[in-house]
Amino acid sequence: MTQAAKPPVRPLSPHLQVYRLPLAAWLSITHRMTGVGLTIGTLLLTWWLASAAYGPDAYETATDFMGSPLGYLMLFGFSVALFYHLCNGIRHLLWDMGKNFTIAQTNAGNAIVLIGTAVLTAVAWFLALV
Amino acid sequence: MSSPANNLRSPLGRARGLGSAKEGLHHWWAQRLTSIALVPLTVWFVASIISLAGAGFVDFVAWLGSPFNATVMILFLAVSFHHAQLGLQVVLEDYVSSHGLRVASIIIVKFVCYGLAALAIVSTLIVTFGA
Repeated sequence: MTQAAKPPVRPLSPHLQVYRLPLAAWLSITHRMTGVGLTIGTLLLTWWLASAAYGPDAYETATDFMGSPLGYLMLFGFSVALFYHLCNGIRHLLWDMGKNFTIAQTNAGNAIVLIGTAVLTAVAWFLALV
Repeated sequence: MSSPANNLRSPLGRARGLGSAKEGLHHWWAQRLTSIALVPLTVWFVASIISLAGAGFVDFVAWLGSPFNATVMILFLAVSFHHAQLGLQVVLEDYVSSHGLRVASIIIVKFVCYGLAALAIVSTLIVTFGA
């Protein structure tokens, strides 16, 4: 063997430290993060329901907290995470059916998920507060 | 493992002995089925929260006293917590490299999720029957 073996030409796996993630990849990891966030948010949901079971005073304590600035911030975060996970979850179900795998469809899906999340969040808070 | 050449077991017999336990798809399928169910349930939940914005205790109890609302709330809670623990299990399996920590965290997540689900559902029933 006088000649060094030619390195095989193989597709390289994207490495997180040297590879700029495309938007679709950011949206994919955001799906997981919102899922974890929503699970933490179920503590708030459970507190709300349990407080009603404990009576008017406990219920008032819970709803007072949710009406506080911190409570509003948590509810807003919960609503954004919920709508994002809903929109992107539907997209994942379509992917599971083998649909929408082209780059053009993926880019369109990115936009639909982001705009859908923004619009649903805005509409929900408008209806709730007005 | 011995090579097929000096093994008297047939390839099919080997595959049956080593292969699928027939439930590899169960987790994946349960996650998808709960997510399909959660699409309409989430729409109902958001619409309900909007209608309850600013509601006091009496209004809330009256609302949850309706058999329809109580039923859908319990469905929403049961499916949500099931979906949540399935999802968190996958996240933990992917990111926690220590085997002991991974198994322990998955078990804790499952216990906490089903504990919260029980509390939320029992609370719903208490409010419903107390209404």
